[in-house]
Amino acid sequence: MSLLELDHVTLRFGGLVAVNDVSFSVEEGEVFALVGPNGAGKSTLFNMISRFYTPAAGDIRFQGKSILGLPPSQIAYLGIARTFQNIELFEHSTVLQNLLVGRRRHVRSNLASDLFFTPFVRNEEIRHREAVEKVIDFLELQAYRDKLVAGLPYGVRKVVELARALATEPKLLLLDEPASGLSVEETQDLTYWIEDIRKLMGITVLMVEHDMKLVAAVSDRVLALADGKMLALGPPREVQSHPAVVAAYIGQPAEAVTS
Amino acid sequence: MRTVFKTSYDADIRLFKHGAQAFWYGLLLLAVVALPWLISDYMIGEAVNVLIWALAGLGLMVLTGQAGQASLGHTAFLAVGCYTNAILQLKGVPFLVSFPVAGLLAGIVGVIVAIPALRLHGIYLAIFTLALAVLVEDIIVLAAPLTGGISGLNAPTIKILGAEIDRYGAPKLFYYLVLAVVVAVTLLYRNMLRSPLGRSFAAVRDSEISAQAMGVDLARTKAAAFGISCAITGLAGALMGHFAGTFNHETFNLAIAIQLLLMIVIGGLGSIHGAFLGAIVVGFMPTMIAFLRDYVGKVTGTGSIAIPGLEAAVFAAILIGFILLEPMGMYGRWFKIRTYFELFPFYRRDMFKRQKSYLKTERMR
Repeated sequence: MSLLELDHVTLRFGGLVAVNDVSFSVEEGEVFALVGPNGAGKSTLFNMISRFYTPAAGDIRFQGKSILGLPPSQIAYLGIARTFQNIELFEHSTVLQNLLVGRRRHVRSNLASDLFFTPFVRNEEIRHREAVEKVIDFLELQAYRDKLVAGLPYGVRKVVELARALATEPKLLLLDEPASGLSVEETQDLTYWIEDIRKLMGITVLMVEHDMKLVAAVSDRVLALADGKMLALGPPREVQSHPAVVAAYIGQPAEAVTS
Repeated sequence: MRTVFKTSYDADIRLFKHGAQAFWYGLLLLAVVALPWLISDYMIGEAVNVLIWALAGLGLMVLTGQAGQASLGHTAFLAVGCYTNAILQLKGVPFLVSFPVAGLLAGIVGVIVAIPALRLHGIYLAIFTLALAVLVEDIIVLAAPLTGGISGLNAPTIKILGAEIDRYGAPKLFYYLVLAVVVAVTLLYRNMLRSPLGRSFAAVRDSEISAQAMGVDLARTKAAAFGISCAITGLAGALMGHFAGTFNHETFNLAIAIQLLLMIVIGGLGSIHGAFLGAIVVGFMPTMIAFLRDYVGKVTGTGSIAIPGLEAAVFAAILIGFILLEPMGMYGRWFKIRTYFELFPFYRRDMFKRQKSYLKTERMR
């Protein structure tokens, strides 16, 4: 059984077909990349898995069960965490508090015990902080732990967002353009981190990425999309040289246009 | 600058960051406990007024400062708390029961109101809550057999364990009663901030979309914010009723609602200090301006200055000044001054430049 299965998924915005009959499955323990030009429907796919959009047709299954009946806030409880293309952090909280929000799916206290801060809540807090500290160590965020997100540089925010997703201890990690706007060194770090996330933490990664070097370095399989349709699926090298993918990126050969 | 060497996770969790902070807050508590013995009965009344405003401010702060939901209609919940408490006591229910019930009922009304309000943001939510305040005013008039309608109600004398507590009869006792409530609510507020609950409020305030992706249920979190906020406001309303003595539908008018919102903005959104600093300004400033006017009249020998509307004008000028020059409020200003001295001489002018304002009301969604 695949970890995540998309089964003939279609989504329309009015007359525009954003995602057209897309089917693929992500196996446990692999790094799966979605590539394609802007407007190909990659982020839309992510937003459907996060349940922000509901597909017009098709089914999305996680660990064999359909997730289409769940509200967006329940997806994290299944073990799916994500980052956003345009960073969506809690700006007026510290890095530590941001990561602690990521612990939401492990919170067992309720409103009353929170308000009275019972010993149970205190012990839980310590447990959450231990888990978050591991992520901070892993992504080397120690220097920013108590800084407000609002004052952090772009590259660090990207890492904080990755850290927040990891703090949920997910089974599946969705990364929406993790390398966009990063420097060469930062992208290099990210490459190692994705490797470690897969190998050391055993987390499956599904990512949208434009940086083909990063995609080729970390991913096992790549799905190329254009205009909401599937173009090619396979190992990165094959997909990169697939004629349909080349055509989508740099256009049709001259004779095809004129004919 | 004091550097705290954290040796356990508890260092981040406990109420006070270090011993010196605990000492200063202990001293503050001692000062407010000793206060009624140092000032006149009239000034005790003023202090009680400030404390009640602070309590109402804490209530609105939970909703607006913490969870980012604007409300222009919190007088509705002041009224619910005030009338519930007074009516129950007039029916013979003791204060120790009627007071918490007043808070609870205001909280429940808040949660019910939250259900239609969940889909509203920013300015639309403000209009919705504004309508609510108008509605409650009308309901009070219509429910005349219960609320006394236009002629209003008289708040009964509070009886706790045989002691009679009244603003005029026993001002010190009334002060201590209000102080106890304010301290208790402040502690609960602190607990909220350091627990998962407070963090989910901040998450909803700053980014609804990623709050959801992290597993924060928007509807439940906003309902909880409304519930807690309105319950605290209800308690403040109940005390306001006892403070005013007599109240009717006009006691909780729109001007009060706007003043309440102004208060937490001037104080500084998103902090407990903000509610208190704002309350001192709003609750105490008119009296202070009056005192100052008399003093100036005496010193200059011009006798009593009688310019109608002078207090309101000076008050308004101060408010406008704050909103223009220090959008982060009094607590923000204090924070900057403290940082300046802590980091001296390394403070930079642009240190707080990047921080946008807390509220996202300008975002029309």
